[in-house]
Amino acid sequence: MTTATPTSVSTQGGLWAHLVYVLRDNPVTLLSFGLFAFFVGSALFGPYLVPYDPLTTNAAQALQPPSFSHWFGTDNLGRDVFSRVIVATRLDLSISIAAVALSFVIGSVLGAIAGYWGGWLDAVLNRVFDTIMAFPLFVLAMGIVAALGNTIENIVYATAIINIPFYARLVRAEVNIRRESGFALAARLSGNSHWRVLAFHIFPNALPPMMVQVSLNLGWAILNAAGLSFIGLGVRPPEPEWGIMVAQGADFVVSGHWWVALFPGLWLMLAVFTFNLMGDGLRDIVDPRRRT
Amino acid sequence: MMLSIKDLAVGFRTRRGEVQAVRGISLELAKGETLGIVGESGSGKSVTSFALMRILDAGGSITAGEVTYSGIDLRRASERDMRTIRGREISMIFQNPRAALNPIRKVGHQIEDVLRQHARATRGDAREKAIQALRDVRINDPEARYHAYPFELSGGMCQRIVIALALACDPRLLIADEPTTGLDITTQKAVMDLSQELIRERGMASILITHDLGLAAQYCDRLAVMKDGEIVETGPAEAVFANPQHTYTCRLVEATPRPDASVRSLLPADRRPPELEYTPSDQPLLEVRDLRKTFAGKAGPVRAVKGISFTVNQGQSVGLVGESGCGKSTTSSMLVRLLDPTEGQILYQGNDLAQIPAEQFGKHPLRGDIQLVFQDATDSLNPRHNAGDCIAEPLRRLAGLRGKALRARVEELAELTGLPANLLSRFPHQLSGGQKARVGIARAIALDPKFLILDEPTAALDVSIQAVILNLLADLRARLGMSYLFVSHDLNVVRLLCDEVIVMQDGEIVEAGPAAQVMTAPAHPYTRALLSAAPRPPERVLETEPLAEVQSAL
Amino acid sequence: MSAPLRAVLWRILQTVPVVFGVVVISFVLTRALPGDPAVYFAGAMADEQSIEEVRVALGLDQPLWRQFFLYAGDLLQGDLGNSISTGQPVLTDLAMRLPASLELTLTALLLACAIAIPLGVLAAVRQGSWVDHLCRVLVTAGVSLPTFFTGILLIYIFYYLLGIAPSPLGRLDFIYFEPPRVTGFYLIDSLLDGDPETFFAALRQLILPATTLALFTLAPIARMTRASMLTALSSDYIRTARAAGLSGAMVLFGYAFRNALLPVVTTLGMVFSFVLGANVLVEKVFAWPGIGSYAVEALVVSDYAAIQGFVLAMALLFVFLNLVIDLSYTLIDPRIRFAAK
Repeated sequence: MTTATPTSVSTQGGLWAHLVYVLRDNPVTLLSFGLFAFFVGSALFGPYLVPYDPLTTNAAQALQPPSFSHWFGTDNLGRDVFSRVIVATRLDLSISIAAVALSFVIGSVLGAIAGYWGGWLDAVLNRVFDTIMAFPLFVLAMGIVAALGNTIENIVYATAIINIPFYARLVRAEVNIRRESGFALAARLSGNSHWRVLAFHIFPNALPPMMVQVSLNLGWAILNAAGLSFIGLGVRPPEPEWGIMVAQGADFVVSGHWWVALFPGLWLMLAVFTFNLMGDGLRDIVDPRRRT
Repeated sequence: MMLSIKDLAVGFRTRRGEVQAVRGISLELAKGETLGIVGESGSGKSVTSFALMRILDAGGSITAGEVTYSGIDLRRASERDMRTIRGREISMIFQNPRAALNPIRKVGHQIEDVLRQHARATRGDAREKAIQALRDVRINDPEARYHAYPFELSGGMCQRIVIALALACDPRLLIADEPTTGLDITTQKAVMDLSQELIRERGMASILITHDLGLAAQYCDRLAVMKDGEIVETGPAEAVFANPQHTYTCRLVEATPRPDASVRSLLPADRRPPELEYTPSDQPLLEVRDLRKTFAGKAGPVRAVKGISFTVNQGQSVGLVGESGCGKSTTSSMLVRLLDPTEGQILYQGNDLAQIPAEQFGKHPLRGDIQLVFQDATDSLNPRHNAGDCIAEPLRRLAGLRGKALRARVEELAELTGLPANLLSRFPHQLSGGQKARVGIARAIALDPKFLILDEPTAALDVSIQAVILNLLADLRARLGMSYLFVSHDLNVVRLLCDEVIVMQDGEIVEAGPAAQVMTAPAHPYTRALLSAAPRPPERVLETEPLAEVQSAL
Repeated sequence: MSAPLRAVLWRILQTVPVVFGVVVISFVLTRALPGDPAVYFAGAMADEQSIEEVRVALGLDQPLWRQFFLYAGDLLQGDLGNSISTGQPVLTDLAMRLPASLELTLTALLLACAIAIPLGVLAAVRQGSWVDHLCRVLVTAGVSLPTFFTGILLIYIFYYLLGIAPSPLGRLDFIYFEPPRVTGFYLIDSLLDGDPETFFAALRQLILPATTLALFTLAPIARMTRASMLTALSSDYIRTARAAGLSGAMVLFGYAFRNALLPVVTTLGMVFSFVLGANVLVEKVFAWPGIGSYAVEALVVSDYAAIQGFVLAMALLFVFLNLVIDLSYTLIDPRIRFAAK
């Protein structure tokens, strides 16, 4: 009787089955993935499905409370808050995903090299990261955007730069732990060069803890971008973005028009919350030890 | 009777329901008696002691039975009463002594805490009494040691402190849970001798919990053997060891390496295939000449290996013995070419391997000839690769095998090492200790190495599994004609498998020669010290008929 | 030289290269970027001639390495340039407004620690109880909440709906005079002046912004305290302490808590980074006259010297705070003291 093939790590079927298992095992994970799907959907299809044009003003309808025709009410220029909130998803999500992707790639590469080879490269990189982290990060982002220019791309770059040290340090620590472990040495005995050991054996094992960091960072990147917009950097009116919408709405809270600021803020919070919850789920999908 | 346990059952609430760790055991301990509880991992021996001290983890509880100490019902006593009993009547010491002490508190203060908790000292005289407690465990210069932090002390010293802590309030019963695991053999002997002396001096009773049957037989009056939460046999230590009644005890006794055994005799009597012949030749295979390794340390250069020379012949098995810090691990790293020597030659088939830098050896044609079996099988398997992938890795990278040829060879290796083929798709966390060891061995022999270094390959295994793996190694040697360098701290194990033995101390070879000679008539004082420190269980009597029992799969 | 003293001096010495790095980055941000910095510094209204004057005054026509020395030299003399909007030296502006920010930040931190640390300890000791769940909810919500949003929410609820909070218009209602300036902290100065009325007025204004900031800071501190307390409680030395019969209080506070504090102190450094950033947002929401709102106002009018002066000042403050944290850690943990060579 023939037995299972020993040569493949996991077939397509295996990964899918594991994904379903993870989702079913933890209801929180399922919830977070569901919410994430909702946000991605809003980002992709929102602009085509919203009832009103987010940019059209209508002075007669200014500052209307939530009603059937305007679910989230209108702002001071008569624009529909609901449409603006949904359309803003695309911008906020793209900024944070782009920034995190950039910092993840750069940080991982630098951290892996520093963690595996050490030496002067490690010392130099450490010094650079120490210097970046010597600034309060939001403040550094302010400084970078102010210096480079007040554009959305620069918000992405600034957010990416201040996030790189996190990944680099995390990857460095994980690689360092595993550098002298049995399986890394065994991989060298099997004829792998240092590069192959680092890339194919050590780094994939560092991924699970990094997944948690990635999700936390996604949430934090959105908060960062919204914060920068709140103080006037990055996004300009009339572009809909959650941070800038809260800033505009803030002026009207003291006079009791709560909906202008509340709904974008709530959506922002929900998005960040989703990313934070996803962390554990992502880690479980990537970690082979969770497979049964 | 001082301590009486009747039908004790302990369960743990886990995600998958209730797990019974102890299933109804009964024990008795008289005043001044030393009882040894012996069992392999998972037998429930530690849980028993935690239960009677009522320090089980959250989720664990005594589900049935009675525990009585000097008339006190320990099972139903209040937490406050238990706190009075702990440390004052019954004390406990654990394995891993440095971790057992508060890392940021001076050891003297820690002893004072215990003394003052049990009202054995006031603030005024606590310091004096703490120093006296240190003196009682034969620590030199106790006044100075009082101010030390655990990280400044050696493992053996830490264990003494732990013992001082335990005995500070003069308890009547001492429970020692694997107190010597992780310690060097000579330190182990010192610790055991010290505890035994102190226990006898104070007329205390004691319970020694260990997996080492030989150790228990040497230091205990009575033994209780546990398996799967039950006691399978009890009796006077010498009798149980020399003349075991229960099958499981028999198996444990047989599996314990001892001077007069052969590899096959470690296995249960009904599972001994005929021993395979192997003949070491006198052609040298690997010759080491004046090998040195110096590391750059914080306080100056550290000379880990100070010029050693030896030869391993074809088909020969050489044992490399020494305690931690002697340089044996560094030596094996250099021989397997993961580390570059500072000086010296490693001659193999006419090539000086030391000349080839470790970085480049990975692609050298001789890479497959010299391989290593790691000490910790769990650590040596990539958690993301299943067993088949682990074994396939060297075949893919160095032999260039793919597809059907690869699969065939992996299955062949699995069969050679006794690994069922259906386990090849499992991940390391889904395999048992013995199975992981087999995967590690299969991977190491995948390329048909001529020289195999085994770095304490069975140190982390239960003794019965160790027996099986040692036999596997013996068989593979005979079938494949490999030479072995067997690195270990356990002399009894080395004696079983090796023709020649090399003893290292402090980076140098202090003695070398045929195994039989070195083991029975050692020349160097260090070798003598090592041999006398090894636990010496009582002699076995002729085997009697064991009771029939279904054997469980390993 | 004793080991602890040596460790302290060594740590102080390690600050030097960090400060140097901060100055370099600050230099890059202000002088070395593409484009013409002189235009930034001259302001949006400047004409060709003033831009040229600014360029010469700042030495922007010199080679880069020369500029760096000029820049560093200026910094050592405390010259951060002049603010376009106030016309004053940036350093003066910052010095005047710093106490307001410090008062807010420190109050918030104290409040956060006072809640988060006991909460974390309790959650760890009573794992699975309602306290534990409350802690976990607070932590997850806390890291998701945008600070500026919380502030606005609190204003709406407590000022607009409930009317118990004062109007969010700064540190002191305009009917009160500022207390004579000793430290710059209104709370302390009003007490020193013997003026309890002003003290309570200042306190009332401080509550909402401090709470906003504290809510944000609570989360990481509580999370870290809970996690490190759990680790400590499951350590071998706690098992030894229990087996030796030490009382619950001794085990918890004497042994577990002190060990658990170490990672928490380390986390405080990270927390400070977030707090100093969140400070800017809170100051804007509550019109708090600190250096955060100074920077935000500067951004609106593109007052370049003011913005970068603020960034540099914050960085140096942060370096100093980290130094204090590391030094306290060195003094608490004996292993670090002896390891420093």
